Amino acid sequence: MSGAGDGGAAKQPASFAFTPDNLGKARAFIARYPAGRQKSAVMPLLDLAQRQEGWVSVAAMDAVAAMLDMAPILVYEVASFYSMYNLKPVGKHHLQVCTNLPCRLRGSDELMATCRKELGIGPGETTVDGQFSLIEVECLAACVNAPVLMLGDDYYEDLAPDSLRKIIAGLRKGESPKPGSQIGRQGSAPVGGPKTLTGAAG
Amino acid sequence: MTKLTIDGREIEVEAGMTIIQACEILGVEIPRFCFHERLAIAGNCRMCLVEVEKTPKPVASCAQPVADGMVVKTNSPMVRKARHGVMEFLLINHPLDCPICDQGGECDLQDEAMGYGMDRSRYRELKRAVKDKDFGPLVKPTMTRCIHCTRCVRFLADVAGAPDLGSIGRNENMEIDTFVAKAIGSELSGNIIDLCPVGALTSKPYAFTARSWELHSSESVDALDAVGSNIRVDARGNQVMRVLPRTNDDVNEEWLGDKSRFACDGLMRQRLDRPYLRRDGKLAPASWPETFAAIVDRVRQLGGARVAALAGDLADAEAMFALKELMAGIGSPHLDCRQDGAKLGGPRVSYLFNTTIAGIEQAGALLLIGTNPRWEAPVLNARIRKRWMRGGFPIGLVGADLDLSYRHQHLGDSASVLSAIADGSHPFAKVLKDAKHPMLILGQGALARPDGAQILGLARRVAESTGMVGDGWNGFNVLHTAAARVGGLDMGFLPGAGGRDTAGILAGCKSGEFGAVYLLGADEIDMAALGKAFVIYQGHHGDAGAHRADAILPGAAYTEKDAAYVNTEGRAQQTRLAVFPPGEAREDWKIIRALSEAMGRALPYDTLPELRARLAKSAPSFAAPDRVVPAAWAPFGADGPVGSEPLRSPIANYYMTDPICRASPTMAQCTATFLGGARRTGTHG
Repeated sequence: MSGAGDGGAAKQPASFAFTPDNLGKARAFIARYPAGRQKSAVMPLLDLAQRQEGWVSVAAMDAVAAMLDMAPILVYEVASFYSMYNLKPVGKHHLQVCTNLPCRLRGSDELMATCRKELGIGPGETTVDGQFSLIEVECLAACVNAPVLMLGDDYYEDLAPDSLRKIIAGLRKGESPKPGSQIGRQGSAPVGGPKTLTGAAG
Repeated sequence: MTKLTIDGREIEVEAGMTIIQACEILGVEIPRFCFHERLAIAGNCRMCLVEVEKTPKPVASCAQPVADGMVVKTNSPMVRKARHGVMEFLLINHPLDCPICDQGGECDLQDEAMGYGMDRSRYRELKRAVKDKDFGPLVKPTMTRCIHCTRCVRFLADVAGAPDLGSIGRNENMEIDTFVAKAIGSELSGNIIDLCPVGALTSKPYAFTARSWELHSSESVDALDAVGSNIRVDARGNQVMRVLPRTNDDVNEEWLGDKSRFACDGLMRQRLDRPYLRRDGKLAPASWPETFAAIVDRVRQLGGARVAALAGDLADAEAMFALKELMAGIGSPHLDCRQDGAKLGGPRVSYLFNTTIAGIEQAGALLLIGTNPRWEAPVLNARIRKRWMRGGFPIGLVGADLDLSYRHQHLGDSASVLSAIADGSHPFAKVLKDAKHPMLILGQGALARPDGAQILGLARRVAESTGMVGDGWNGFNVLHTAAARVGGLDMGFLPGAGGRDTAGILAGCKSGEFGAVYLLGADEIDMAALGKAFVIYQGHHGDAGAHRADAILPGAAYTEKDAAYVNTEGRAQQTRLAVFPPGEAREDWKIIRALSEAMGRALPYDTLPELRARLAKSAPSFAAPDRVVPAAWAPFGADGPVGSEPLRSPIANYYMTDPICRASPTMAQCTATFLGGARRTGTHG
């Protein structure tokens, strides 16, 4: 859980600085908002920091606060409110398994069990080699293709224990398994292909 | 104006008011936790729900503005049911630890639960618990009790300007926290204890020491800075247990600085509870008559002209007045109430905070000179911040650059900047001129130096050249740090014809010119400079003065006497006796009256009203208690070159400025926490 009171739980780096590249992006985000409203850029900047470091450290939040001229506590509030910001280091591959109702009905319990078995970790934990971490998340808004797992910016849909094992094996080998439906479904269309609006437009 | 109906009664209120405020005008009580008159509206506790006709759901009355023709019901079945529901939800996670909670007996949640609580719980699940936190030496958090009203968050962010607390996490996991472990870094942090409607934030030094119903309260006035904050002194038996603020919109609104609130444990320590006389180089207990006899002997031998008197920062007006008349009686013109050597004492307008504290809210621009109001007067600083938060309030600072809790422009630290502003060559002169009601605040740091009179004169020229004085506005302000000072200046506790000032008295003691010096609670002077003089110390704490003394007359602290203090605005206010002075200690004016009789020059009053009647004739402030008597503009200050030494505040440590704080373990802890164990120092750093 990335919730309250664990600001001191993770080992915090002493400092944080955006890479020159990211600094340019950060400035672009800030420039999107009118002068004096630069605080509005807090969320994209935190995201940028997370993409750079893999997680959001207190030093990173302080750096963002300084850039946006706001009190650090306001940044902590934002970062701790959204579960997408990792306030603790996570593995290289951060598996986020949805366990809300539709996914659960479609077998997310088995996905969790598969992860536990394959990786030897439970939710909120990271493998010893730092490669994988696992968390349960709330609805990812892809219920049509449940059960769903989020990895980085990608969704893996229509999962089953077998297909999940393949993805994990692929990640282990350093491959990038193909995101999207794992049963060949087209978008969110019914399994086996679209059933309506199949004729040519006209 | 907007017309609406509340519980069948029609009322007309200002547009933009909220329903809860309209209800208050009618005297209809609405329960609330998150709403507070002096804080931003949050609308998150939902306790203040009311029914508004033609609205399908109950409405949070604290956040809903009134509208024409609105029909509000505050006591309908719907309202009662809604509030019962809210209360039930609030109590789901609230622990049942009232018997061991310091808020017990004065808890809003407890009170409202009597009205809206259920008589049984329908909840079988476990209550949520929150890990213990550390907010520093003053505020004790028990966040399991928190109902997330966010009053503390809003106070620190808006009023105190030290946004250290926030709501971390969300839903079930939300906690009020600093996130990174730190003490709340504000001199006003104690106020969040008062604001907390439950027992989540309680006073750490007061923890588990008393129950609210065991205490007897006295309405009094604070004397630990020159603001004269209105306080309530809560005592049990003969011990002051805690000090709380009292509302006075003209002075402290309803806030109180941490020193004034928490230094009260110093009142029980290092007290002088009986007279002492130095015999063979050592202080030994003595009786009142013995001590008086020793003093009278010494003064007779020397003759009155070789005796001097200095009044300290905590001396009350009555005692200073009595001592002044006693000195006149023995024929000594050598007396001074400015133990820091501040070059004040001219016309009344030259040493008052003329704008008044409430007047700050009308100001349009501000120039701070050699002052750190955050430490010298935290409550007054909150008023500056309140004005600044409204916008359009440029603030310039001449002196050491500091975090004042609001943005300011640092103009430099040398007094020469003032000359540039006075002759209009500095850009800030235009800022002041263009503002509607410009003001300046001159700190003691700028006055207690050899060129203080010249700086005072410069400040007057700045005020005159930038339009600070005229048509009902006086923007010239001196911020005092000592509660006694304005009273002393008002009554003229100053060198008489041919008399010496503080520096002259100290030099005279060293050279042997003065054979005796009477210190009325004067602890902030260089005791080594007193040479071989016979030192009579009248005061309440065994501090610097008592250590050097040859005769000690034990007096009363500000909580132990009915006495007047004039605040920096020139507002005379009265403290009330909350507890009795310890042991043989006596009220200060009585000691001087008794001594005068022993000297054969009995002062012409036997009771406090008689003394006060005479005092009232000496200065306008004493004749009009609790009010500010405006002073007329007059020339003051001196011309001439000013030194290049940087201007700085006289306070090096907010938590250690007088004998009471120096005896307080809580203030020592604050010093260690907030100043990294800085040396325990007085106002002279």
